[in-house]
Amino acid sequence: MSEAPSDIEALIALMARLPGLGPRSARRAVLHLVKKRGQLLTPLAQAMARVGETARECLRCGNIGAADICEICRSEKRATGEICVVEDVADLWAMERGQAFRGRYHVLGGTLSALDAVGPEDLRIPQLIDRLAEENIREVILALNATVDGQTTAHYIAEQIEGTGIAVTSLAQGVPIGGELDYLDDGTIGAALRARKAF
Amino acid sequence: MDWRDQGVVLTVRRHGESSAIVEAFTAAHGRHAGIVRGGAGRKLSPILQPGAQLDLTWRARLEDHLGTYTVEPVRSRTAVLEDRLALAGLNAVAALLAFLLPEREAHPALYARSIRLLDMLGPNDDWPLAYLHWEQALLDEAGFGLDLTACAVTGSREDLAYVSPRTGRAVSREGAGDWAGRLLPLPLCLLGQGTASASELLDGLRTTGHFLENHLAPALGERPLPAARERLITLFRRHF
Repeated sequence: MSEAPSDIEALIALMARLPGLGPRSARRAVLHLVKKRGQLLTPLAQAMARVGETARECLRCGNIGAADICEICRSEKRATGEICVVEDVADLWAMERGQAFRGRYHVLGGTLSALDAVGPEDLRIPQLIDRLAEENIREVILALNATVDGQTTAHYIAEQIEGTGIAVTSLAQGVPIGGELDYLDDGTIGAALRARKAF
Repeated sequence: MDWRDQGVVLTVRRHGESSAIVEAFTAAHGRHAGIVRGGAGRKLSPILQPGAQLDLTWRARLEDHLGTYTVEPVRSRTAVLEDRLALAGLNAVAALLAFLLPEREAHPALYARSIRLLDMLGPNDDWPLAYLHWEQALLDEAGFGLDLTACAVTGSREDLAYVSPRTGRAVSREGAGDWAGRLLPLPLCLLGQGTASASELLDGLRTTGHFLENHLAPALGERPLPAARERLITLFRRHF
């Protein structure tokens, strides 16, 4: 016999599909929402309905926004001639949290993968190449993950841009802030040593 | 059931939220998969990269179960990430091994050769020839080895210049006659003689590629060869 009414069971089943939640934690979350109906459940439902109505992928960069062209792409202040290429929207948001980059972005939507048969045509690489001329880009910053797939994609993009006169750079790799050498793997230490700078 | 061995990571697939199914080419157990708990997490995902050398402990209740891996890093090969050609080489080696090797069948000689090749990858000119010989060894291990000892037509051991695309046997210049245009090239480097020029290397890869694509891959099903090999050949053409 079910412990909760069917609507609530359906909500629990949906919540359990969210990342970080399982059936048990979804049940707890739903119970909490039902108990705090006024403060949480109704505003959450309304907010989700609004986002469901308005959220869309930016036609230019692939970011998630509330319009066909996102705020970053619309802003003239961000037309710095630099474009930062990231794998996923989550990476774009991480870069924005740091507030270190004030140019525009391009979200690829994944990385090249021989295993999963993901080729260049499955990513937003042709759109990136089109943007380089349209937006008068002078530098492309490849902010892709330091994984085999991420760097394979970075090299492929760099190849496509070669000969256009546009500078191609990538994020530095090495010791993270707060990192201790003893805990770093040999590859990271090697990369950090190769990228050492005058002190 | 459990065993401990060293292996090279070939593929990593996310499994659920935090785990990963890792396929490794091991010394004594061949291509073998297992679940790594926490393999998709912050701590383990950096060491579970294709090409990484790991100390693996595999455990399962029954031998035919997928089982779980406990992993310890032995050597990462992340230095190749910065080198376009070497990274393409690493991708091609991992993809071909994952694609062509049968599961759980030991290939100690190919394993040793693969480790030597992976250790050579980097900004030097030595490894492309080693890669060609590795593909030759891969064909040998899979039962599609080239017979380059003597001419299939005349029996001569001299002036071998071609390979029959059907049988994989060497053909001498004299034996080829008017059929030379239909045969595959046999550069000296494929016979293990001397260093290879760029064109000889590409000729050799054309020959091994023919047998990988038209003989070995069809024997495994309808799937095409991994695109990683074609990308490596394209980069070789541009580089040399």
